[in-house]
Amino acid sequence: MSTVVQARPEGGARRRGRRSRSYGGGVGPLGIGVATLWLSIIVLLPLAAVLAKSLEGGPAGLWDAINAPSARAALILTVAISAVVALINVVVGTLIAWVLVRDEFPGKGFVNALIDLPFALPTIVASIVLLSLYGPNSPIDLDLYATKPAVAIALLFVTLPFVVRSVQPVLMEVDREAEQAAASLGAGNLTIFRRIVLPALVPALLGGAGLAFARAIGEFGSVVLIGGGIPRETEVASQYIAKQIEIDRPESAAAVSVALLVIAFLVLFVLRLAAARTQRHERG
Amino acid sequence: MISVQGVSKQFGDYVALDDVSLEIRDGSLTALLGPSGSGKSTLLRIIGGLETPDSGRIVIHGDDATNVPPQKREIGFVFQHYAAFKHMTVRDNVAFGLTIRRQPKEKVAERVDELLKIVGLAGYQKRYPSQLSGGQRQRMALARALAVEPRVLLLDEPFGALDAKVRTELREWLRRLHDEVHVTTLLVTHDQEEAMSIADDIAVMDNARIEQVGHPRELYDNPSNPFVMGFLGEVSQLAGRLVRPHDIAIAAESVAGAHEAMVSRVIHLGFEVRVELMLTSGEAVSAQITRTEADELEIGSGDIVWLRAAGNSTLEAI
Repeated sequence: MSTVVQARPEGGARRRGRRSRSYGGGVGPLGIGVATLWLSIIVLLPLAAVLAKSLEGGPAGLWDAINAPSARAALILTVAISAVVALINVVVGTLIAWVLVRDEFPGKGFVNALIDLPFALPTIVASIVLLSLYGPNSPIDLDLYATKPAVAIALLFVTLPFVVRSVQPVLMEVDREAEQAAASLGAGNLTIFRRIVLPALVPALLGGAGLAFARAIGEFGSVVLIGGGIPRETEVASQYIAKQIEIDRPESAAAVSVALLVIAFLVLFVLRLAAARTQRHERG
Repeated sequence: MISVQGVSKQFGDYVALDDVSLEIRDGSLTALLGPSGSGKSTLLRIIGGLETPDSGRIVIHGDDATNVPPQKREIGFVFQHYAAFKHMTVRDNVAFGLTIRRQPKEKVAERVDELLKIVGLAGYQKRYPSQLSGGQRQRMALARALAVEPRVLLLDEPFGALDAKVRTELREWLRRLHDEVHVTTLLVTHDQEEAMSIADDIAVMDNARIEQVGHPRELYDNPSNPFVMGFLGEVSQLAGRLVRPHDIAIAAESVAGAHEAMVSRVIHLGFEVRVELMLTSGEAVSAQITRTEADELEIGSGDIVWLRAAGNSTLEAI
């Protein structure tokens, strides 16, 4: 559940940032020390260790390991499917958030709770769940086992909450009167959505899409059963990494891990930058 | 002319409007005045097409507009909290209605500049709403509404979110603007002073109904019931009749029909002098006289005086 909780503040991030700027109630040196220590132990040192491992063969060795045919294929597949998954999430996630915020229907609370389920489920369970519906013994006669669509479905399943949960709170706060003002000025529903609502949602959409993408490129459990892990076909980067460990090639595993890290970091950084740009004037 | 015909609206069990009818003259500035919850905003939103009435009709300039969506009503709507498009510059805000009508760019720019000049925001084109004061934002919202040349301008407590000084300035400015632009305007307010000072006509609302419609002066002088009388100004009660405090004549000698009273307190408020009195019946009465009158009467606490209702705006107390 922790990452869902992380997903929520995306929309409120700007307010939080501004608050700390306007009356900087800092926590003092001790707080900063604890935060830094924690980040180091949990995040920075392990990252440094894997980076060091990947560089055992020098920069050229790192590059060769990433550029090995099955490594490259796994990385390209992972990034491509993750990008598609993030995009689909942007569209469908916005739609679901919209329905949950703006529409009243029986069972709304249940649907709302259902959104987090794919996240709460152990990913291996997700894989079994999907396998039972879309696997070789599919009750609806739809066998997607070991195909790219199967990988995409698995990733869509586990990343469902990200966009929904980041857009939902922002949508709740959208100024309905601005929409009504636009209507009275002659704007139709589509124009109102495109020109008035969407610009307010963009930071949350970028944030949600970024988290979904980052989660997707690292996903292992949900893909492992239904994806089949066929090299250069449906094998995603995390499966490739696991396989390299199994056949005792830790440098190669570390190299692909570093590649994933860099991609995830770049995507999150760029999206955050873009979100910051779009919300510059959204104050007051 | 805007004609509201027998409009009713309920939200669940709550009756917001109960068979309301009202006619608004072309080119007038009419105020819908009433306490909060009286249904005035609901009526305005129904005229603007932002709510649908349960029954009744809205006729704008002879056309039945009851089922016309807000996009096609040719109305300008101004909200209490500005409803600014926060991610757009002042120029883009004002131009919104024109750009979605795909008007040529130069024409739009020209019109926006002209409007910003009218509302006193010339030179603010490139600012964002967050960089404007509340009063400036509301003037921007007015320019935005006027840009599409609406047949009717609807203002929902437009100065309600502003501080007192800006509010007074803006309402005088709105009156001058209305005299220039002459667009039929309907303004919702709970502030009787605001309504009295700028409206040509006032419709007083209470409890989902319109209590009385008329010129401000007429309503003040001839209120049709105690609610209207009390909402438009101060009221004193003198021997079973409601009367304006300044309509109570105080005499030093007994006159026919006058009530004897003792002065309990004299409060000097500059030009105005407030006199608190006690009738022989024990009933407290508050009167308002000028300083000159107070000086002539040489009035002071403990004096015995005679009171009578001098004006014609008296009502039987319930």
